[in-house]
Amino acid sequence: MKHILVIGGGVAGLEASIRLSELGFSVSIIEQADKLGGKLNRWDRLFPNSLPAKDLLQELESRLNSNIQAHLNAQISAIQKNKNEFEVTITGGLHLSVDAVLVTTGFEVFDANKKEEYGYGIYDNVITSAELEETLRNGGELLTIDGKKPNRIGIIHCVGSRDEKAGNTYCSQVCCITAVKQAIEIREQLPESEIFCFYMDLRMFGRHFENIYKDAQIKHEVQFIRGRLSEAFENSDGSLMLKVEDTLLGKPLKMNVDMVILMVGMVPSANSNHIKNILKLKTAADDGFFSPADKHYESLKTDMPGIFIAGACSGPKTMENTINEARAVSIQIAEYLKSNKHHSITQILETVKL
Amino acid sequence: MKDFGYTINRDRQIDYDALPRDVYHQLKKMEPSVNACISCGTCAATCTAGQFTDFSLRRYILLLRRGDNSEVIKNIDKCMLCGKCMLACPMGVNTRNVIQSIQLIINKL
Repeated sequence: MKHILVIGGGVAGLEASIRLSELGFSVSIIEQADKLGGKLNRWDRLFPNSLPAKDLLQELESRLNSNIQAHLNAQISAIQKNKNEFEVTITGGLHLSVDAVLVTTGFEVFDANKKEEYGYGIYDNVITSAELEETLRNGGELLTIDGKKPNRIGIIHCVGSRDEKAGNTYCSQVCCITAVKQAIEIREQLPESEIFCFYMDLRMFGRHFENIYKDAQIKHEVQFIRGRLSEAFENSDGSLMLKVEDTLLGKPLKMNVDMVILMVGMVPSANSNHIKNILKLKTAADDGFFSPADKHYESLKTDMPGIFIAGACSGPKTMENTINEARAVSIQIAEYLKSNKHHSITQILETVKL
Repeated sequence: MKDFGYTINRDRQIDYDALPRDVYHQLKKMEPSVNACISCGTCAATCTAGQFTDFSLRRYILLLRRGDNSEVIKNIDKCMLCGKCMLACPMGVNTRNVIQSIQLIINKL
């Protein structure tokens, strides 16, 4: 039985492992955390249909089987390629011989401490979208540090995205729709609250996203102000004063809010650099995510034969796209193991020329 | 007054907490579709009044949302209620009724 190493047991890793095992391969998942599921352990409800992340995780876990072996609290310490086989050493000294490697190391959320001017880690009532998600998941109420219901909340888009000063020039794709989703969820919990989203551009690219945005505007009366937050200041009562330019009016604007929620973007996961080095993979200079062999036709293959990528380790993407990639990469790996050839786009183009 | 050779400019900043939003509040009750406005400017681009005056519904909706009402009160009657903006609005805002509602609200003020 051919054996596949999956690095990262989040959504992409789990879905691909299940599909690969169903195709008749054995799979070893290496997960650095103490449980499988990745971000599904942290998120509450998923856009666009409010599917509870817990339900999706449960569905994935229910399909794990005896052909999938998960190694938790584990890291790869070395990988050696021998002809078509990879000799893998895992922390703790375990050795594995595998025929293909799938990298599904996902992403981390941007460290909001780096945007010091927004006051995260300095002002008590500034939190991140990831923290709000955990509060909602645990059935908790959104409260200020003094235990009061916030009357007015400012949601800040593009925190650590599209920002040279934060070192990330790319768009993280999911934060705009996350802001709209969370704004609606806050209004459901606190119908009296006023919510303001401060944005540069709104990117409602996905199917139904625009409808959710319009619902937020009309049904939930969420207000959208085009202007990037310059600075947040803390008032003596712990509320925050925000200063932006209302760019559509062309006037500076200041507003006091009880809480600020920062829509933190996606960055490559912390250990992806280690994986890059031991697998000799390429990452893009402008974002640090893994580069595919070709952006169109080989988006799930790397330049290294037998090493594949799927999910957010190759750039910000929605969970829907991550799951689709995990399914697609399973077929790609099966094809590779069948022929044991890894066609690159250049090889294909050369054949076409002949 | 003695001329000291300098002037002080008025603060241009919108102080959100200091402004009254009662007009917009009434407006969104009378015409809830106004909430869907994304300030694209199609209404203002198609507006005949806007060609000859500084009438801009896009701007007036924004000003009312902020509570900066004086410019709107001064100019809202420049609209001839032709309704072209309503045909053009991509978000389905009933712009003609928005303007009429603003007129009704401010005439009561």
